[in-house]
Amino acid sequence: MEAKTALPIKRRKTRSTPRGRSVEPEALAQVQARLGDTPRRRDLLIEYLHNIQDAFGHLSAAHLVALARETGLSHTEVYEVASFYHHFDVVRESDTAPPSLTVRVCDSITCDMFGADELVERLNKILGKDVRIQRVPCVGRCHSAPVAVVGRHTIENANEARIKTCVEANIIDAVSEPYINLDAYRNEGGYSLYESLIAGDISAKTIIGKLEDSGLRGLGGAGFPAGRKWNIVRGMNAPRLMAVNIDEGEPGTFKDRFYLEQDPHRFLEGVLIAAYVVDVSEIYIYLRDEYAACRQILQHELHALRLAYSLVHPPVYLRRGAGAYICGEESAMIESIEGKRGMPRLRPPFVAEVGLFGRPTLEHNMETLYWVRDIVERGPEWFTSQGRHGRKGLRSFSVSGRVRKPGVHLAPAGITISELIDEYCGGMLDGHVFHAYFPGGASGGILPASMSDIPLDFDTLNEYGCFIGSAAIVVLSDKDDIKRAALNAMRFFAHESCGQCTPCRVGTAKATQLMQQPHWDQPLMQALAQTMMDASICGLGQAAPNPMLCVMKYFPEELTDDSKCWK
Amino acid sequence: MLEIVRFNLNGTSLEARTDETILQAAQRHGVEIPHLCYNDGLRADGNCRACMVEIEGDRVLAPSCCRYPTEGMRVHSDSQRARQSQRMVLELLQSDMPETQYTRHNELDIWSQKLGLGKPRFEARKVVTADLSHPAIAVNLDACIQCTRCLRACREEQVNDVIGYAARGVATHIMFDIDDPMGESTCVACGECVQACPTGALMPANNVGMEVPDRNVDSVCPYCGVGCQLTFNIKDDRILTVEGRDGPANHNRLCVKGRYGFDYVHHRQRLTRPLIRRDDAPKTVSPDVDPADYASIFREASWEEALEKAAGGLCDIRDRLGRKALAGFGSAKGSNEEAYLFQKLVRTGFGSNNVDHCTRLCHASSVVALLEMIGSGSVSNPVQDVAEADVIIVIGANSTENHPVAATFMKNAAKNGKTLIVIDPRRNNLARHARYVLQFKPDTDVAMLNGIMHSVIDQGLIDEDFIARRTEGYGALKTHLEHFSPESVAPLCGISADMLKTVARVYASAKSSIILWGMGVSQHSHGTDNARALISLALISGQIGRPGTGLHPLRGQNNVQGASDVGLIPMMYPDYQRVDNVEARKRFEMLWGTELDPEPGLTVVEIMHAVLDNKIHGMYIMGENPAMSDPNLNHARKALAHLDHLVVQDIFLTETAFYADVVLPASAFAEKTGTFINTDRRVQLGRQAIDPPGEARQDLWIIQQLATRLGCNWKYDGPEPVFEEMRKAMPSIAGISWQRLEQQGSVTYPCETESDPGQPVIFIKDFPTASGRAKFVISPYKHAQETPDSEFPFILITGRQLEHWHTGAMTRRTRVLDVLEPSPVASLHPDTLRALGIQPGAPIILSSRRGKVEVTARADDAMQPGQVFLPFCYHEAAANLLTNEALDPDAKIPEFKYCAIRVSTT
Repeated sequence: MEAKTALPIKRRKTRSTPRGRSVEPEALAQVQARLGDTPRRRDLLIEYLHNIQDAFGHLSAAHLVALARETGLSHTEVYEVASFYHHFDVVRESDTAPPSLTVRVCDSITCDMFGADELVERLNKILGKDVRIQRVPCVGRCHSAPVAVVGRHTIENANEARIKTCVEANIIDAVSEPYINLDAYRNEGGYSLYESLIAGDISAKTIIGKLEDSGLRGLGGAGFPAGRKWNIVRGMNAPRLMAVNIDEGEPGTFKDRFYLEQDPHRFLEGVLIAAYVVDVSEIYIYLRDEYAACRQILQHELHALRLAYSLVHPPVYLRRGAGAYICGEESAMIESIEGKRGMPRLRPPFVAEVGLFGRPTLEHNMETLYWVRDIVERGPEWFTSQGRHGRKGLRSFSVSGRVRKPGVHLAPAGITISELIDEYCGGMLDGHVFHAYFPGGASGGILPASMSDIPLDFDTLNEYGCFIGSAAIVVLSDKDDIKRAALNAMRFFAHESCGQCTPCRVGTAKATQLMQQPHWDQPLMQALAQTMMDASICGLGQAAPNPMLCVMKYFPEELTDDSKCWK
Repeated sequence: MLEIVRFNLNGTSLEARTDETILQAAQRHGVEIPHLCYNDGLRADGNCRACMVEIEGDRVLAPSCCRYPTEGMRVHSDSQRARQSQRMVLELLQSDMPETQYTRHNELDIWSQKLGLGKPRFEARKVVTADLSHPAIAVNLDACIQCTRCLRACREEQVNDVIGYAARGVATHIMFDIDDPMGESTCVACGECVQACPTGALMPANNVGMEVPDRNVDSVCPYCGVGCQLTFNIKDDRILTVEGRDGPANHNRLCVKGRYGFDYVHHRQRLTRPLIRRDDAPKTVSPDVDPADYASIFREASWEEALEKAAGGLCDIRDRLGRKALAGFGSAKGSNEEAYLFQKLVRTGFGSNNVDHCTRLCHASSVVALLEMIGSGSVSNPVQDVAEADVIIVIGANSTENHPVAATFMKNAAKNGKTLIVIDPRRNNLARHARYVLQFKPDTDVAMLNGIMHSVIDQGLIDEDFIARRTEGYGALKTHLEHFSPESVAPLCGISADMLKTVARVYASAKSSIILWGMGVSQHSHGTDNARALISLALISGQIGRPGTGLHPLRGQNNVQGASDVGLIPMMYPDYQRVDNVEARKRFEMLWGTELDPEPGLTVVEIMHAVLDNKIHGMYIMGENPAMSDPNLNHARKALAHLDHLVVQDIFLTETAFYADVVLPASAFAEKTGTFINTDRRVQLGRQAIDPPGEARQDLWIIQQLATRLGCNWKYDGPEPVFEEMRKAMPSIAGISWQRLEQQGSVTYPCETESDPGQPVIFIKDFPTASGRAKFVISPYKHAQETPDSEFPFILITGRQLEHWHTGAMTRRTRVLDVLEPSPVASLHPDTLRALGIQPGAPIILSSRRGKVEVTARADDAMQPGQVFLPFCYHEAAANLLTNEALDPDAKIPEFKYCAIRVSTT
């Protein structure tokens, strides 16, 4: 991009239109046709952008200007939002529109271990110019790495032959497997708890009591006690809102998708029960855009639910993410639902007090709500009696990496990694010796095999500089490169940083640069890490240094080999 | 009620107010905490993280700019952990900074020095190239620290909504519109972002920010009636830059003209020597205007010779042909002192009341209606009251272009949830922020407003108590309005009955509603009726006499309010005391020591007619440009050329000066000290910053020189003694002393005694009428004098642009402004252009029964089809060649906003 200079005075001609861009009638007509009768509201901006991107394969500048006109927003407000989310392709006059088909290849930790890099190189050679190949962060199918998505069609255990076949046959739609639909769910006793609640046969207090007794904590990663949260929000002034987080984006995590694709109503019943107990007036479900099959399922089942319980439950709005891991952070998700850039808010005030649209908001990870029915119906003791090594409850571990049986394993909280691998995952893959593991996705740090007896649960890993987060476990073997995996994690954070605050925006970039050096400047990295942990606005920046610090602390031998230097 | 909180900072117990953050409390107590994204006056954003402090009991550090102390809180800004973070944040930012310095006040460097930072230890990011596409502002984002101060300045303060924060992670960047070069964006160059940027990423163009001024002078802006306070930075006796100051009307904000439109004072075409018309250069009707080359028309002369000739000619006409054979046009841009002396010269030197100024062309109709109905012609509430109002109506005013800083406060109010209603045939830039937009048919204001009033009555929303206690004549108004149901006026004005009823309900039922208006209302042959309807609407709803309510005609020129106040008008002495009122005249005869003419004088357009009728033979024109601003220019220019003797006093050889017999080089705004009154009735002090060039002199001196030669015996050795005399003449400013102005900078009148703080909101208890009550006056529905027909099928609307001021004398000689809008342009709806087969950007000819001009066509869908908008600032395509001099019968204001034209390509 060349420096733009002011023209000498004499040569300037007067403008043929007012300052800036004018609305193009054709683009305006297209946008109006796409938007139809939907209300023109600021918070629906991301939905509108999806609408236009889906129709035209990209967002032209003319469309953005027309959209600004339709919504009463300024050009810059619309572009700010569009440019934040990676699933939107803004095409200005000097740009070329992307090809109509995009093949996305995940290159996060597990997929990288299973050859994503090489796969992309090979694809670049065999797929034509009409196909765009994009490296993307974790798409939530780590158990079948490497993963590619052709359009919206997922290919697990991908190889270039299978990808090429789909491309050539234009197989681009999401496909969902059979699942427990509304009728099947009700036949097995589903929604009877909800019906008892709304009939008054069981009280809100009772339900909250059972949740509190169970010790159920938020399963997205923050771990806030669910019952206590319901009490807090319940006590706030009306109107109260609810926001459900299915922006499952932590590398290594896929449990939410797993449950949604099998038994969506167990989750929805939990939503309705929570909404009733806390007495909210609107429910927003935020689903990451990568889970296209889940979107189909939820749209279908929400519709069925509306027909079944229309007079009883508050309106449920399904909102689509647009490719931003940070929107898994509760306040960033709320910003996104409000149609803005997904930038986390400063706390205080907390979301329970001032949340979505400024109202007190009950915010939950999808899986937390999934367990509400079981805990209430089977009783808190059922939940607390499970657990190992003095811990209580169950965890859904998303396990991927060098194990025989990767996947979602529902196991006692407090299980150790050795036990998990041996009892649930069928042991290590042939030829692989257990060497290291990520106990909590990219942000939970990395531990060596020599520390395989730590119970995996909330609070138990903190003294080691790690945490369980969303219970995403990635198992590495002696064939894997720890430094490379740590760098993969840091690059992920740099890619996903919202850019709002200095310690994270600049810190992740500088940390990446430092980690790419043959010799790690450890004191500098420690100092940088300290500031990122102390001064970042949100958990992304605060946790980003964990893998890097763990390498320095637990894998010093990796840092003496100067010949290995990853770019 | 604000309470106090005691907390501990670095071991010391401190008191903080509950509305101040830890950072603000620390600053107040002299404890320095580094900060970058925090700036006084902007909402705190907490993104830079340079201000991190340790709060005992918190897991992570806290941003002190965003945290409020609680009772007993223990805070450490200088602990090892806090300092480590502060320093690391500064180091991270420094590592990406360029070698080049773009500013002398780099806040990142200042804090880095204070914390003893060394060379950064991190690799720099990729270099970003400069964007120098805008003539006023240099964008060097390699110095950007992403603090978003510029964004908040643009989006939250000025609400121009140009700057955004795009992309994510390390790719995040400040950008304009859709990542467009600044020079191609919707940026209006208000410069708020430049003022906000801490590291020089946004600076005035051409590196002027790196030059060190010798001195600075606090003053006010010469352009519009908002009356922004500013500071001139001077180097080598030239204005280097201008910065905004925290005045009550602007709060540090400025617009492109005030901030970047000052270099006209140094233009090479400044008049520096008196000029006398050559004997061999007769006056022609069409001014062959080349202000650079006048040697064939004028010769330079000494002051002595020029003054002799100027005064001599005027005396001769007065003595030979009578006092009424002379007239004077004073200036709405000059100071009150100059205007006061000018009208005194006409009244006591010429001996008649034939003195007027451009208010005649502006708000004359508004003032007549206000005086008639509520006894006072100035605003009832200041612009700032939009923050107090619940409902704000802006009608017939393009405030984002003509009162840009005032418009920012209207936008702030809209964003704060106040209901903004914009009523205008053009969908102007304020409309996007409005709850209701009424794009009505031009010329139908009375029908529309009568319809709204009908609905207020119909919905039972009149303020009966207010009407009963404080008004008279409501019965007749009510009867009159029966004919104006919303259903019947809807087809006339093009606004649905539902919308009219909604506006009626919203306006009248709100706790506080305010109306602001401009030329769209006043510049009609029924302008007074338009204004009467607005006033009636406010009166029947009881929406006047309280904060957040009232009537605000947005005054255009920086001192048009003052010029009218000090009597620069033919029917009133200073303070609106009528010349045909015996007591008033006696008072002024005593004050001025001479007999005065009891007959009201002629107004601006009437004077032009009188010249052609050989009733007026000589004129003295100071700081006015009727050869561009009068309607029906062919006619007006004929009159100017017809004068036997014309003395023009100005800073440039304007179009009017070309008709002069004597041209006297005068002082520009920045070259004089004087008082100026803005639209809010604030009296403010303008201070001299530089000297007039060459032999140009102070206007005050020139007026006195002429006055002496006309027989007046004046000895004012500066503006201060003139101001003291004004105080004696004008009860409304009697309580304002010069010293008080010097100290306070701004005092609102009425201010009748020295202890009076000044009254921003008036009519609280009664109105200054004989009965103390307001009087309803009916507005019948009339059409414009000249409506479109088959020969001239389009409606011409004349007006202004953001970048240019009125007749262009100043702004077309300003580098930045002239580059932004370099040549004549007319705006039409794209559909209209298409129907005519004309491409946007093509040349077109606009003609009326009176004249024609050639301009470039601009496609603007803010227009309605069938209407053409033409600014009157381009001398090479003077809009007033087309306009109609049909006058409002009461105010004598011309119908600038409506006449019939034809659009063609040949």
